[in-house]
Amino acid sequence: MTLPPRFQDWFARQGWQPHPHQLALLEAGGDTLLIAPTGGGKTLAGFLPSLVDLDGGAHQGMHTLYVSPLKALTADIARNLARPVADLGLAIRIEDRTGDTRPAQRARQRVDPPDILLTTPESLALMLSYPEAPAIFGGLRRVVLDELHALAENKRGDQLMLGLARLRSLAPGLQVTGLSATVEDPQALAGFMGGAQVLEADPGPDPDIAMLPTASPAPWAGGGGHHAIPEVLDQVRQANTTIIFINTRAQAELFFQALWAANDENLPIGLHHGSLAREARQRVEAAMAAGQLRAVVATGSLDLGIDWGAVDLVIQVGAPKNVKRLVQRIGRANHRYNAPSRARIVPANRFEVIECVAALEAVAERDLDGDPRGPGPLDVLCQHILLTACAGPFEADALYAEVITAGPYRALTRADFDACLDFAATGGYSLRAYDRWQRLMLRDGLWRMRDPRAARDLRMNIGTIVEAEMLKVRFRGRGGAPLGEVEEAFAASLEPGDTFLIGGQTVRYEGLREMVVEVTRQPTRKPKIAVFSGVKLATSTQLSHRVQALIGDPSHHHALPRTTRDWLALQSEVSALPRPGVLQSESFRHDGLWHFALYGFAGRNALQTLGLLMTRMMEEAGLGPLGFLSTDYALLIWSLDPVIDPAPLLDREGLRTGLGDWLGSNAVMKRTFRTVATIAGLIQRNLPGQRKTGRQATFSSDILYDTLRKYDPDHLMLRITADEARRGLVDFDRIEEMLDRSPRLDHRMLDRVSPLAAPLLLEVGRVPIAGQGRERLAEAEAAALMAEAGLA
Amino acid sequence: MTGYVFDFAGQRLEARASGALWWPDRRWLVVADLHLGKSERMARRGGALLPPYEVAATLDRLGAEIAATDPTTVISLGDGFDDDAAGRELADDICDRLHRLAEGRDWVWITGNHDPGAVPERLPGHSLPEMDAGITLRHEAGAGPDMSGHFHPCIRLAGQRRRCFLIGRDHLILPAFGAYTGGLIADHPALATLVPEGLAVACGARALALPIGQRHRAGERPAREGGRPCWCRLGRIRS
Repeated sequence: MTLPPRFQDWFARQGWQPHPHQLALLEAGGDTLLIAPTGGGKTLAGFLPSLVDLDGGAHQGMHTLYVSPLKALTADIARNLARPVADLGLAIRIEDRTGDTRPAQRARQRVDPPDILLTTPESLALMLSYPEAPAIFGGLRRVVLDELHALAENKRGDQLMLGLARLRSLAPGLQVTGLSATVEDPQALAGFMGGAQVLEADPGPDPDIAMLPTASPAPWAGGGGHHAIPEVLDQVRQANTTIIFINTRAQAELFFQALWAANDENLPIGLHHGSLAREARQRVEAAMAAGQLRAVVATGSLDLGIDWGAVDLVIQVGAPKNVKRLVQRIGRANHRYNAPSRARIVPANRFEVIECVAALEAVAERDLDGDPRGPGPLDVLCQHILLTACAGPFEADALYAEVITAGPYRALTRADFDACLDFAATGGYSLRAYDRWQRLMLRDGLWRMRDPRAARDLRMNIGTIVEAEMLKVRFRGRGGAPLGEVEEAFAASLEPGDTFLIGGQTVRYEGLREMVVEVTRQPTRKPKIAVFSGVKLATSTQLSHRVQALIGDPSHHHALPRTTRDWLALQSEVSALPRPGVLQSESFRHDGLWHFALYGFAGRNALQTLGLLMTRMMEEAGLGPLGFLSTDYALLIWSLDPVIDPAPLLDREGLRTGLGDWLGSNAVMKRTFRTVATIAGLIQRNLPGQRKTGRQATFSSDILYDTLRKYDPDHLMLRITADEARRGLVDFDRIEEMLDRSPRLDHRMLDRVSPLAAPLLLEVGRVPIAGQGRERLAEAEAAALMAEAGLA
Repeated sequence: MTGYVFDFAGQRLEARASGALWWPDRRWLVVADLHLGKSERMARRGGALLPPYEVAATLDRLGAEIAATDPTTVISLGDGFDDDAAGRELADDICDRLHRLAEGRDWVWITGNHDPGAVPERLPGHSLPEMDAGITLRHEAGAGPDMSGHFHPCIRLAGQRRRCFLIGRDHLILPAFGAYTGGLIADHPALATLVPEGLAVACGARALALPIGQRHRAGERPAREGGRPCWCRLGRIRS
C-alpha cells in the first residue's frame, strides 16, 4: 500500500511531511510493532492504512479495532481522527466504546458496528463475550494496539492478547499493528503481541532535563513537594502549557491545592486523576485540548498518549521510580517531533533527591530499565475461558489451540489449560465436587454454561484490575454534583464534620446515604488527607542499584545538592552510611515501640518478603513484631521488644526454610489471593446494588483463602497465588542476591531515629502482623477501655 | 480458648472465644448462623463455585466446642442452613457427622429467615420457632430479654475486624458461627438500636470484652457523664 495522492495533498496542506515510519507502516504487509518516541505521529501512522483502505468504500461492517489502555485516549483519538476524515471527505464512521459509553449506544454498536471502533481491553473482552461476537468482528481487517508498552506491563495486556487470539480466529487474515513508546527490549514486546516485524522510528534529540533548583531545600520526609511551589509556579508562568506529574492521587490533590493557594495571578490550572468524577476529568481534558489551561496537575492518568500539542514543559514532582517511565513522561513535553523535550524534576524529600540524581544519570546514558515478563497468568486465562463460554459453546481442543497463539501463553501446557478449564467448569476441588451444579457442562463434546443466566454475573466481573472498594462522593442535596470517589475504608474512617480534599476543594463529610458519601462545601478548614488507592509505583531494581552506588560512594556525593550531602554526613555521624559490601541496620525506640531499619536496596518486593520472613522469626523469638513496611531501599519493622542482633534473623537457611511454610498465612498472600480469585471468577466483585443490602451478606476473601489452605492446599487458586507472589511480590532471589552482595552486617543500637530512618516512619503501606504482639496490644486496649469505664 | 463470663437477665453465661455461647446452669451450647450449605446454595443459583468445605470447617469448630463443654443440648439459633434445600442436600458423610456430634444430647434447630422450614428427618434434632427459658431464644431479636443471631455482629479492635457478641440490657446478640459469614459492624444503626449501650465481646484467640455505646464507639475513650460512663447505670453487667 502506498500513500494515495489525495492523502499526500492533505499532508502538504497541513505543512507536514509524512514521517518515514508512517510510510513504512503503510507498506508493511504483516503484523508490525512500531516503536516511536512520543510526538512521533504514531497514532496517525497506525490509522493511515485503515483510512487509505476505507477510502475505497467497499468494506462492510467493522474494519479497524483500536485498543488503548485509557478511556480518555479513545475520546482523544476520535477527536484527532475527525479532522483528516472531514478534510478528506471520507465516509467513515468512527465511534468509541468504553465503560463510559451509554447503554443505548452500546446496544446499537452490537447490531451495527462502526467502521472504526475505539475501545479498551475490558470493553473488548465484554464484546467478545456476547453471542454476536462472530458477527461483529467477522469482517475485521485491522487491529491497532496503542501504548502497547503500558498494556504489556500488567494483566490487562494478557487479557488483551487472549482477546486478540480470539479475534484472529473470528477474522482470519487480520493485520495487527502495535504502537509503543521507547522500550528496553522491542523484540520481547513483539513476541508479546504474537510476533511482529519491529519498526523503530528515529528517537529524536536528547531531552533537556534537570532538577528544578528550589530556594528552600527538599524536606526531610514527606512526598508532597510543596517546598517547590514558588519555583513550579514560576516555571508554569514561563511555559505555554505544563503537565505537572505527581505520583499519587492524594498527593496530586494536596499539591493542586497548595499551588492554587499561591497562584496570585489566577493562572488557569487544572487537576486530573483517576478518582475524579468522569465529568470533572472530561472538563479538564476539553479545556486542555482547547488550549485554555496553562498547567494540569496529573497522575498516571495523563501518562499516556493524549496529544496535547501545546505542552512544552513537564514537571515531575516526586521520585520518578523508573527510568523508562520518566523518559516516557518527559516525552509528553513538546509533541513536535525532532524538538528536544523539556522537563524538570522536583524531588519531594531528601531521599528522593538521591534517586532523582541517579535517574538523571540513567536518562543521560539512555539506560532504560525493565524486568522480563513472566508467562501469561492463569487467573486471566480462567476468566477468558468463562467469558468464552458466555459467547457460546466451545471445544476444549480448539480453545487450547487458539490460546497458545497469544504471545504470553505460547508456552502454556495442556495440563495447565485443563486445570483452568476444570476450575471454570467445576471449581476444581479435589475432595468434594459440585456434580449437579457445575458452571460449565460438557455436552456433545462442547463446553457450555449450565445456567446461561450466570453470564450476566460473569460479564459484571470482567477485567483484571482489582481495586479497593470505592464510594462515590457528591454534594448533599437533590442532584448534588458528583465530585469523585474515595476508598470505602477511608469513608468508614470519617465522622460527620471531618473534612477532606477532593477535586481540589475541601469538603465536609455529612454522612453516607445509599452508598454515596455526601459532603458540603467547607472552604476554610484544613482538610484531613484523602487516601486514594493510587497506583503504588515501585522503584525499578536498576534504579535502586544506582541509588545504592551513589549513597555508598562519598566521592560521588558532589553530584548531590548540599542539603542532601549534609543529611548523609549526619547519618554517617549518628549511625553509618550503607556502603558496598555491608548490610546496614539500626534499632531505635520511637513512639513507644522498638523499630528495626534495614537498608537492603533490594527493591520493594524483595524487602517486603524479607519483612514477612523476619517478622516470623521475630515472632518465634518472642520479640512481639506488630508490623512492617518496605520501600525500595529499606525495611522497617516495629515490635514490642528490640532486635539486638540481626544475624540470626538474616540467616540464609532460616530464611529459606521460612519461605517454604510461610507462603501461607500472611497479609500479602491474602491480598494477592483476593486479586487472583476475583480475576479468576471465584469471588464476585461487589456491585453497587448488592452492597446496599448490608454488609453481613458478604464475607472476606481471607476466609476462602484460609479454608482452601486447610482443606485443599493444592488448589489451582493457591498455586496461582503462590506463583504470582514468587514472581512479583516475593522476589526471594533478590534477597539472596542482597546477602551475597553485602556479606558483612553492621548493626547499630541508636538512642533515637536516625536521619536515614526518619522518612521511613512516614511511608504508607504498612503490613500488620497478627501474632502475640497484636494479641498483647488488643488485650491492653480492651483492658484500658474497661478500666476507664470502671469495669475492670 | 478463654471465654468471657457475664450475667444477662439474671443468668450467668459465657461468651466463648469461638463465638459459641455456653449456659453452664443448663449445660446448653448455643451457636448462631451456621449457614451450612452456603457454597452449595451459591453454586445451585449459578454463582461462583466456592470451596465446598465450609460445612466441614464449621463442624470442625463446633465439634471442638462440643468436646470442650459436653452440653446436654446444642441449640442452633436460626440460619443453621443457608436455605431449606441446603439442609436437605447435605452430603451423607456430613449427616453422619452431625449424628455423631448429637449423640447423647438434644439438638434444637431454631428456625431463621434462611431456613424457615422444619429440619429434614435425616438430620438429628428438631425445629422450633423459638424457646423460652426465662430468656427467649430466637433468631432475630424481639421483645427482650432474648438471645438471638441474624446480624453477624463484628467490631474493630486494635485495627482488626473481629466477630463479637453484643450484650445490652434487653438483647444478647451472638456472632455468626459459620465459616462463610460476613459481619455487620456493631455501630450500624440496625444493631445500635437493639444494643445502644453495653459490652461487645470480641472473638479470636481469646474473648476480649470492651464497652460500646452511643456516646463512645469502640476504639475511642468512653464519654463520661458525671464522672461515670453513662451505660454503667445498667447495673446488670459484671465481669
